[in-house]
Amino acid sequence: MMSQAELPVLDPIFGRLSFAALPLHEPILVATFVAVAIGGIALLAGVTRYQLWGYLWREWITTIDHKRIGIMYMILGIVMLLRGFADAIMMRLQQAIAFGGSEGYLNAHHYDQIFTAHGVIMIFFVAMPLVTGLMNYIVPLQIGARDVAFPFLNNFSFWMTTAGAVLVMFSLFVGEFARTGWLAYPPLSGIQYSPDVGVDYYIWALQIAGVGTLLSGVNLLATIIKMRAPGMTLMKMPVFTWTSLCTNVLIVAAFPVLTAVLVMLSLDRYVGTNFFTNDFGGNPMMYVNLIWIWGHPEVYILILPLFGVFSEVTSTFSGKRLFGYSSMVYATVVITILSYIVWLHHFFTMGSGASVNSFFGITTMIISIPTGAKLFNWLFTMYRGRIRFELPMMWTVAFMLTFVIGGMTGVLLAVPPADFVLHNSLFLIAHFHNVIIGGVLFGLFAGINYWFPKAFGFKLDRFWGLVSFWLWVIGFWVAFMPLYVLGLMGVTRRLRYFEDPSLQIWFQIAAVGAGLIAIGIGAMLVQFYVSFRKRNELRDTTGDPWDGRTLEWSTSSPPPVYNFAFTPIVHDGDAWWDMKQRGYQRPLSGFRAILMPANTGAGFILAVLSTVFGFAMVWYMWWLAIASFIGLVGYTIYHTFNYNREYHLTLEDVVRAEDERTRQLAAVRS
Amino acid sequence: MNRRVRNLAVLPLFAALSACDMVVLNPGGDVAAQQRDLLVISTWLMLIIIIPVMVLIVIFAWRYRHNNREARYEPEWHHSMRLELVIWSCPLLIVICLGALTWLGTHLLDPYRPLDRLAANQPIPEDTRALQVDVIALDWKWLFIYPQYGVATVNEMAVPVNQPLSLRITASSVMNAFYVPHLAGMIYAMPGMETRLHGVLNEPGESEGYSTNYSGAGFSGMKFKVRSVSDTEFQRWVTTARAAEQSLTRDAYLQLAKPSEREPVRYFSTVDEQLYSLVVGMCVEPGKMCMHDMMAIDDRGGLGLAGVYNVARHSGDLPRAVFGADQSHVIGICAAPTVRTFEDDLLPQVDRSPLRGAGLPRPASGRSGSLLADTLDSTSSR
Repeated sequence: MMSQAELPVLDPIFGRLSFAALPLHEPILVATFVAVAIGGIALLAGVTRYQLWGYLWREWITTIDHKRIGIMYMILGIVMLLRGFADAIMMRLQQAIAFGGSEGYLNAHHYDQIFTAHGVIMIFFVAMPLVTGLMNYIVPLQIGARDVAFPFLNNFSFWMTTAGAVLVMFSLFVGEFARTGWLAYPPLSGIQYSPDVGVDYYIWALQIAGVGTLLSGVNLLATIIKMRAPGMTLMKMPVFTWTSLCTNVLIVAAFPVLTAVLVMLSLDRYVGTNFFTNDFGGNPMMYVNLIWIWGHPEVYILILPLFGVFSEVTSTFSGKRLFGYSSMVYATVVITILSYIVWLHHFFTMGSGASVNSFFGITTMIISIPTGAKLFNWLFTMYRGRIRFELPMMWTVAFMLTFVIGGMTGVLLAVPPADFVLHNSLFLIAHFHNVIIGGVLFGLFAGINYWFPKAFGFKLDRFWGLVSFWLWVIGFWVAFMPLYVLGLMGVTRRLRYFEDPSLQIWFQIAAVGAGLIAIGIGAMLVQFYVSFRKRNELRDTTGDPWDGRTLEWSTSSPPPVYNFAFTPIVHDGDAWWDMKQRGYQRPLSGFRAILMPANTGAGFILAVLSTVFGFAMVWYMWWLAIASFIGLVGYTIYHTFNYNREYHLTLEDVVRAEDERTRQLAAVRS
Repeated sequence: MNRRVRNLAVLPLFAALSACDMVVLNPGGDVAAQQRDLLVISTWLMLIIIIPVMVLIVIFAWRYRHNNREARYEPEWHHSMRLELVIWSCPLLIVICLGALTWLGTHLLDPYRPLDRLAANQPIPEDTRALQVDVIALDWKWLFIYPQYGVATVNEMAVPVNQPLSLRITASSVMNAFYVPHLAGMIYAMPGMETRLHGVLNEPGESEGYSTNYSGAGFSGMKFKVRSVSDTEFQRWVTTARAAEQSLTRDAYLQLAKPSEREPVRYFSTVDEQLYSLVVGMCVEPGKMCMHDMMAIDDRGGLGLAGVYNVARHSGDLPRAVFGADQSHVIGICAAPTVRTFEDDLLPQVDRSPLRGAGLPRPASGRSGSLLADTLDSTSSR
């Protein structure tokens, strides 16, 4: 009886962290680390060389301007996209070569971390920051507000999300990440089967980032409800704002479930409770239910704002009012509500009765009705329009053609007996990449190309945009159609090697597709660079480069820090279009000083403390966990005594900015 | 009908892919074939709306392009009650059809439901006994126990052609899923719980089964052979198994359950007849209380405070939570042997009305283990 493993004695300072935790035996990781280190040092040296530290701290890190925070979210998302995509291409390569007795180039320990990290990063640290960033930047402008309801909270949310991302990146070089799949189902993720630090990294990264997501949801919700310009009733809100509203309702109602379920999992792992263990009355099925009660709304949290983007883009580039505005709004609301009663379709195969399975299957199908209605609405917005095929519109058309296929395979998987043969297969993988890439990512690219001139004052280069577009779209189809085929051949997800040689050709095709997407991502980075170099040619001085319809286009590009010198008054759903039609004259005098929220470093400091706390909890460095936690609470209390929360933007500053805009507009006209 | 649906669907769509073996679309068992039919019919049903939409997207995008000055341009047109009706009712109609199909299909193809036919137009002969197999997912191999024959195998499942199969499925440590594409859809294999699956293989031959739920490092190699053979061959196979040297005692099982990868096929000539029940009750180790005993005691009010002390530390190297107690288990106090027999030995026997499914039975109780199934079942039986 005494043979039970005594826990290795914890180092009082470093906990379970030791040199053995550094993955020196993994040449891929060592090379990556060297590359990252060189890049990082170059970056830091550059910042020092050009004396940008003060600028970065004052203008970006401590900013509470929703526009800059939005841009930082987008940068975070794009940086993490590179990491998540590196994981993707490693998986594709492994699966393309691991045939006929070859185990490929990745061992199980490494490969299993990669597919877990890929899922976690793409959902939490790519899609979420990009979507949140877009909402952060656009929503206040669309509703004619000067900032979000709680500007400091916004900065804090962003840094907490980043802290989560930083923790995930730590796990690459210090220790390991979870080897459980991206939802970390117990009992596999319990202490008994995953005693290492991987799952702890997972838990603390998601918990810390989750604080950011939840608070940003509260913030945007309050902003949309309370801060709309006079005249903008709910049914006159732009559709993007509507979908953002619904998304933030979903965030506020769904993320606490994730927090709670992860708290229970961490109690199981840290203090030995038995919520999800096999023994002592624990029930892993409860975890599966709870995580999907968050997980399914999460899917709609990601896609809804992009439905909004497509609505704005289609209407703008068709030069036409959106068809069926109210049915669009109702469709969004219906999707919001229904998204809470479909979660069980993620595990029809867990053995629920046929009645339960059919109920959730049918509710899932019902969601396709409002979604279909939306698609028809975009279709009839194009009908009798004048469609300009600028980049955002091209992404939108590509989305429509791609998304219907993903929607179809989704409804197919909602039929339980069909799901029995396709669940957890590569068909499922193809399906959700079909909707997430074809819907969320294409939507984000449409949005980025659409609003980039608003944020930076110049358009994105069309040529490189087209290169990136075609590579992405073709790459997507080449990469994922083979996965549908493989799914029908009965191939399961998360496999590391294969015996049947007839499968290999499909994996090779998929790898080629992933390669095309890789070049597409490269082309997009080139597009940013080229556009920056050619910014004077691509400059937009009107503030309204696409002949837009909503309020964000009524102000300058980039907008002044206060967004609007005078709060606009709204008479119509397409407020700016309506103002233009009625010959709106921009006021040239009568400006006043504006009360603005002041920058603060508190959000950044709290997030750093949280990262330290998370890291200490992962490695059992109790003294550091206690110290950083006390620091967190203490600094929060200290911050409440900061009374310098606002400052007056002086009249001269406002007049200077507005006069500049007057000159720009006059130059355009003449 | 069956064939026709299959040909209609498979030919045009996948002619180009005929070279590869789409087992999901071309299975060798009746249940999997019905699931395939549902898949194909649903696809066609949705294509009724998907194809026109895709065509319209392309047509509108082309026709109303910016430089086509001949197309009508109505910038203010944004509402049409008639179109809205079409927009909402077309998907609705499709979903109503699909929903009806789903309701029926889900109940008829419920994995818990015993078969009522061997294949289309091929009823089950009178007095047919289902072949019972107890399936245990181990790290990382599959154990098959044949209670009717008293033999067991590792990583190989042999079944006679056209004999209904009745499977009870569980797992030893983490979640897995049992999937034989030729036989029927997958179902999770979960520790301390039991799931059921019914199916039949109509064609002889060898195929593959595997786990479809990631279960750790050895997951990729967690495959087993499925041999669909004639009755005489099956008898011969049983004889071979009976001639094996090893027998599956509790100790042999505990040895086998230790993590290992890509295990070769192995036979056991005899099997401890309690073994499967003990695995589901998570009490193969001697001295451990079985879950069904625990539940029975709890059902009668529990052991009170005494229960707190009725635990023992596990032997073996088990990781534990850093602030938690050592891994321990409840000590068995009543060692009444339990053998859980299949309740649906003789086929067909269950009420086959398609309107209810059976839930997930808990060890030693007829009730389902899924809360939702419980609720729904109890409401519908009321």
